[in-house]
Amino acid sequence: MSVEPALTILIAEDNNSDRLILQTIVRKQGHRVITARDGMEAVEQFRLQRPQLVLLDVLMPRMDGMEAARHIKAMAGEELVPIIFLTSLSDAESLAECLAVGGDDFLSKPYNRVILQAKINAFNRMRDMHQTLQRQRDHIRERNRQLLHEHELARRVFDNIAHQGCLNADNIRHIISPMSIFNGDVLFASPKPSGGMHVFLGDFTGHGLPAAIGAMPAAEIFYGMTSKGFTIAEILREMNRKLQGILPKGLFCCGAMLDLNLHTGHVEVWNGGLPDGYLLRNNGQWEKLRSRHLPLGVLPPERFSAACERYEAAVGERVLFCSDGILESYNARGEMFGEERFTTIIESSDSAEQVFDRLAAAIDDFSGDVDSEDDLTLVEVTMAREELLDDLSRRLGSSVLTGPSSWRCHYALRDNTLAQFNPVPLLLHICMDVPGLRLFSGQIFTILTELFNNALDHGILQLPSSLKDSPRGFTRYYNEREKRLKTVVGHSVSITLDHQADGHSGGRLLITVEDSGRGFDYSAFDTVNLDHNQLAGRGIGLLQQLCHGLHWYGNGNRVEAEFRWALPTASSASIGSESKDE
Amino acid sequence: MNEISHLDHEALSELQEVMEDEFEILISTFLQDSSERIQHLHQALESEAADDFSKAAHSLKGSSINIGATVLGERCKVAENAGRAGQLSPDQVVAIEEEFTLVEAQLKAYLKHH
Repeated sequence: MSVEPALTILIAEDNNSDRLILQTIVRKQGHRVITARDGMEAVEQFRLQRPQLVLLDVLMPRMDGMEAARHIKAMAGEELVPIIFLTSLSDAESLAECLAVGGDDFLSKPYNRVILQAKINAFNRMRDMHQTLQRQRDHIRERNRQLLHEHELARRVFDNIAHQGCLNADNIRHIISPMSIFNGDVLFASPKPSGGMHVFLGDFTGHGLPAAIGAMPAAEIFYGMTSKGFTIAEILREMNRKLQGILPKGLFCCGAMLDLNLHTGHVEVWNGGLPDGYLLRNNGQWEKLRSRHLPLGVLPPERFSAACERYEAAVGERVLFCSDGILESYNARGEMFGEERFTTIIESSDSAEQVFDRLAAAIDDFSGDVDSEDDLTLVEVTMAREELLDDLSRRLGSSVLTGPSSWRCHYALRDNTLAQFNPVPLLLHICMDVPGLRLFSGQIFTILTELFNNALDHGILQLPSSLKDSPRGFTRYYNEREKRLKTVVGHSVSITLDHQADGHSGGRLLITVEDSGRGFDYSAFDTVNLDHNQLAGRGIGLLQQLCHGLHWYGNGNRVEAEFRWALPTASSASIGSESKDE
Repeated sequence: MNEISHLDHEALSELQEVMEDEFEILISTFLQDSSERIQHLHQALESEAADDFSKAAHSLKGSSINIGATVLGERCKVAENAGRAGQLSPDQVVAIEEEFTLVEAQLKAYLKHH
């Protein structure tokens, strides 16, 4: 038999002989006894000594047991102090009243010590349980408060990371309805150094902290790599690699990424596991942007494909994406919003511009007061004129005016590194250290990219640029490129950057790229002014536009591009930034 | 006179076992308190205070039951109920007093023999 711990027990009984009997029984059971002769004394003793259990006679002078019980229960507060009424009352009504005022049990006369002991032990167990329960409740309450506080802090960090981009750009509209403090959905948008922008909509499996944890590196990669000039494919590959490495099995990120090229009027789309997106044409027609890939974080890097679909898009044409929370949201009647409602709204809209607002209103109407079970995110990205991004990219730069201004660097890639590594972000990074040059990151990115691609694609891989004349040709071109890249041996591309300052507010960057290929007949390019809108032809029209000098040497496998720059005057720069703030 | 009908010896011996040295004190306390309560009953009867009458009878009932004086307890119960009903009668007090005198004698005898 287990030994029950000693308690302090208050016995309130006006009858001397009865009190004597009780107190002897209880004391012999090992408990400490406090006695009282009436209700008032009982209340006072309780206040002074806080006994853990009370034996109360019902009928006592000055204050009866029922009144005393009320006081004692009130003083005990949240603590459980069992009260056992001592009674020779036998009518049901009086017994019921004893319980109504807070009594927990009765003990009737003549007192039986075995029953009394059993009752004391039973109530002591109940008291223990109550205390445990309260301790745990207090613990849970405190933990919950801490957790909410931590969530609040983490949320601030998360918001800073996830929403640092250009979601407020004029060509982006979005709605995000978070289901919990951390949204399972993420929406990133960032201007690219080359002009245009990247937009990413992701829907992590699950909600709350686990979803947010995956969102953090995704945001870091998206913003970090976009601003350094990495391509959509490189960013997707990195996000997939990272998420696949850190997320536990069963946790992944359905997502769609857009690369909006305002200069050429193209949009590249990658959709991995999100519902179909829509490309809305100005003429009222629309195309579906289907998911062609598994979500991010599922496949190992070697099996992941970052292949995008490329669409021409005129100014005003737009891309719509939503997370499955929208299609799978339920109304009060248990119906799903569904894809059909979505397309009906698109079909019945007079113009592409209307669609977003009508969809937003329909979603709002549909779910009404029903709490959404998933996160609802809808985003619309519109093809805009290039000028839209002028002030967005200006915001990226113009920080400090110290740094290297006169320098030269030589960088060469050999063999299969050519197939695996894109040197443009690294080279761009070097150039961006020049004070003031950051404002021209778009142009420099484009020049570096064009020169490097020319050297690799045409110089070494000998791909005919004429292939790129049609959208279909693009796919063939890239397939062929992949194939030839695998067999690159004994080749190299070397890049030399040379920067010379010209006073404090300008300079000259000389970029020389030499490849080990056979070269080409460049005589035509040196003289003829090409159609700038023509995509093919080594992007030479574009290069000629951006550079102040463009010359080929040798067999045509060495090219030198000269970029001259000067900081905009203070007045024009400040006008630009003011208009941004509005 | 049959002792068993007035005192529950089994209950008494159990009490004695519990109380040990204090058994005598318990008995004398009971006897003294009981005569005081009987005095209360008389006073209440005189002043026709039915509530006091009933309470005194109730209290004496409780301690009588505890001490094993079952018949005394029964008589107290009759008095208590009469008090509640407002039908006080000297007979009730007399019946209690008679029984108490017997119980007192038998308790003292019990103490001597045990």
